[in-house]
Amino acid sequence: MRKFMGTVDLRQILLPIGQMAIFVIGAGALCSVIMLILAMLCRGSGADLALQSTQGVGIVSYTVNSLPQVLIDGMTIGFVYAAIALGYTMVYGVLQFINFAHSEIFAIGAFCGVESLIALNGLGILARAGTIGSFLYFGLALLIGMAASGGMAVLVERVAYRPLRNSPTLVPLISAIGVSFALQDVIRLTESLTTGQFYRVIPTFGDFDDHLTILRIGSRVIDIQVKSVVVILAAVAMLVALNYLVKATKVGKAIRAVAQDKNTAALMGIGVNGIISLTFLVGGSLGGAAGVMYALKFTRIDPFVGFMPGIKAFAAAVLGGIGNLTGALLGGMVLGMIESFAGAYLGTYTMGAFGAEYKDMVAFLILILVIIFRPNGLLGEQVSQKA
Amino acid sequence: MKESIKTQLKALAAFLNQGRMPYFMCIGLIVLSTALVYGNPRSIPSFLLFVFAASSIYWLKMNRAVQLGLAVFFAVILIPILGARNVFYLEVIFQIAVFSALALGLNIVVGFSGLLNFGYMAFYAVGAYLWGFFGSQQPNLLHATVTTRALNTPFFLAPDYFYLFIFLGVIVAAVLGLILGLPVLRVRGDYLAVITLAFGEIVRQLANNLDKPLNFTNGPQGITPIQRPTMPEGVLHLLNRVIQPIVGHRVTDNQAYNILFYLIALLVVVAVIVITYRLDDSKVGRAWTAIREDELSAGAMGINANKLKLGAFAVGASFAGAMGVLFAASRTFVSPETFTFLQSVGVLTMVILGGIGSITGVIVGATVVTLLNIQVLQSFSLFLSQLRQSDSVIPILNWHWSHLSNQLDPSKYQRLIFGVVLVLMMIYRPTGLLPAVRRKRELNETPEDGETQGKGAERV
Repeated sequence: MRKFMGTVDLRQILLPIGQMAIFVIGAGALCSVIMLILAMLCRGSGADLALQSTQGVGIVSYTVNSLPQVLIDGMTIGFVYAAIALGYTMVYGVLQFINFAHSEIFAIGAFCGVESLIALNGLGILARAGTIGSFLYFGLALLIGMAASGGMAVLVERVAYRPLRNSPTLVPLISAIGVSFALQDVIRLTESLTTGQFYRVIPTFGDFDDHLTILRIGSRVIDIQVKSVVVILAAVAMLVALNYLVKATKVGKAIRAVAQDKNTAALMGIGVNGIISLTFLVGGSLGGAAGVMYALKFTRIDPFVGFMPGIKAFAAAVLGGIGNLTGALLGGMVLGMIESFAGAYLGTYTMGAFGAEYKDMVAFLILILVIIFRPNGLLGEQVSQKA
Repeated sequence: MKESIKTQLKALAAFLNQGRMPYFMCIGLIVLSTALVYGNPRSIPSFLLFVFAASSIYWLKMNRAVQLGLAVFFAVILIPILGARNVFYLEVIFQIAVFSALALGLNIVVGFSGLLNFGYMAFYAVGAYLWGFFGSQQPNLLHATVTTRALNTPFFLAPDYFYLFIFLGVIVAAVLGLILGLPVLRVRGDYLAVITLAFGEIVRQLANNLDKPLNFTNGPQGITPIQRPTMPEGVLHLLNRVIQPIVGHRVTDNQAYNILFYLIALLVVVAVIVITYRLDDSKVGRAWTAIREDELSAGAMGINANKLKLGAFAVGASFAGAMGVLFAASRTFVSPETFTFLQSVGVLTMVILGGIGSITGVIVGATVVTLLNIQVLQSFSLFLSQLRQSDSVIPILNWHWSHLSNQLDPSKYQRLIFGVVLVLMMIYRPTGLLPAVRRKRELNETPEDGETQGKGAERV
């Protein structure tokens, strides 16, 4: 045991946790400060008056009151985005190509996880499971989703990307779009043939919908849903594991070597194809886990569920600097926060003129602006522009 | 194997093109298919034969003047008459025309200048909403919500402004193409694809959500009714007098409009084809190809890449803008649902299936995909549902067709087909069914080694 512990590089476990804490706190604090300044500036505006007449609070206290909930939501969704973004960024790092089908890999994970939970529910197991049991079953669903997604990602790589590896850049990209579309319909076809409908709802079980109180200030209670806690913990655990795999193991060294230079890596005795498959496996299973977490958080999924989170996670990966693992974390967190803030406050501040439905557009705008003005992303690693 | 098929095809073509053979064949095909379509307006094989006859005018080697005459006769006289007999075919052909123009526009961006564009439907949407807004009551309803709109609001413009708006659509879409193009010049390749995707989604979301501060687009419900240009006095009467005996029933107002829109679409497509041909063969077209192949060398040769790329974006967009205006008027209805990412990829599928950069190929691609979409798949769905209602059995398996799930509806699975087509084409025939000659040469060359993209600093 001691020997085993001795080989574990603790630094590589603590470092990413620290990074994540910094990113969460930093992004959250930055967004909050900007929001509060905005609220101060908006005192006396139409939105302020409207709030005072309808809810009896000024815009500043309204903002402050809802801030904790918005931050928690942003953090939860940020972790989901980060987990998906890692899949994009790993594949980009190794192959320099955008795996558009990753959003459907995510959807497949969500469906497999939810289907397994529905099956367990049908057997009556979930109803009898206690608190611990329900967490265990959710963990099981998470594993099933990860396995399905990872397997599918490897399969997709083998069938649709490997034959095109030396083609011009646009060729695999178009192939990826094709895979993405085909998978959407494959999910829909299987679901509608087996169940007669193509959307699924995750069964309610355990205490996932309960609220945990974090802080009590006078009569005000700041609480967090159990499922948000589960999502955050699961995401943190996986992100740490991934970081460890890439940074501190021999396989991770091989992945990094292949990302740097495939030919030289091959000369050093690394099986490049195997490593690329492994990258897809790891990235895909992270995406699948994110899918199950997403299903837990938003309860309802359909075959096209992957498109929006997929493109947002891609935006996150680009925002952080694509090809960069830490960047994906940062990007996911920032994007989650911005989206959560936009969804919560846009409607109030513009008096209903631009509602929460514009939050998707915010992600697209960020994507466009980042690509145009800072294509290297926030963490600024050199990404060559290719024709 | 592949070579032997090729030589056999060549021998067949030589055999068919002997002496007066092509003339007889072409006219024979046209007469036969016309008779078939006239006789069984519902049969799909006869319609496919009809489409094949139309294409034979192009394939067979004939005198240029005869070809042109036959094509005009076919397009301007035969199709409207048969279309009046069965409006559904006119609709199919209209859609083929619309998508051909769209695919040709995308072909300029993707095929000629090599800029992958996933947001192409945005320009189409802009054209459609341009006429959808000004050609309806919407400008007078800016403060009304979906529920409070009055039915008897006057229209904003006279219906015949439609013709002006086709040109306005061209201009507005081209300007939008320039605006999108300006920042896009800084990025290349896959990043460009993502930016255009995001742009397309933004336009769709705007169409979806701009009903709030001021009601511009009427939100997800879409704008309706949109005016159609006025039918000139007496045309309907004339049509009825001339072709009623042939068609066999009175031509209604709506059918006359279908014919009118078909003819306008035909005009636009012909214009688009001519422009594309001229561009492909011009200095600009060659410069686009040069940029696509190697921007650096093109720059060294004195080509202003930025200007030309912007030009490609603007020209491609303008085709879509014109077609958008036409589409809005012909449907009298626009809604954001028409302009999804699925549709953008559908047009891309047409371009890639037919052959990137090849004009004939792109038109063939548009025809095949449209026919597949709105005819073959739907009739297959119909066939399945008939099987489901019958009590026939698969013999050996002893499986009743009535057990077939009614969710299995091939016409709803376009994505699967687009996706599989894209992947298969990329793997087995990246040049498309009818490759452009130049393109074919390039894509068959293999890069010297796999190291083409290995540059770049430390990743992961």
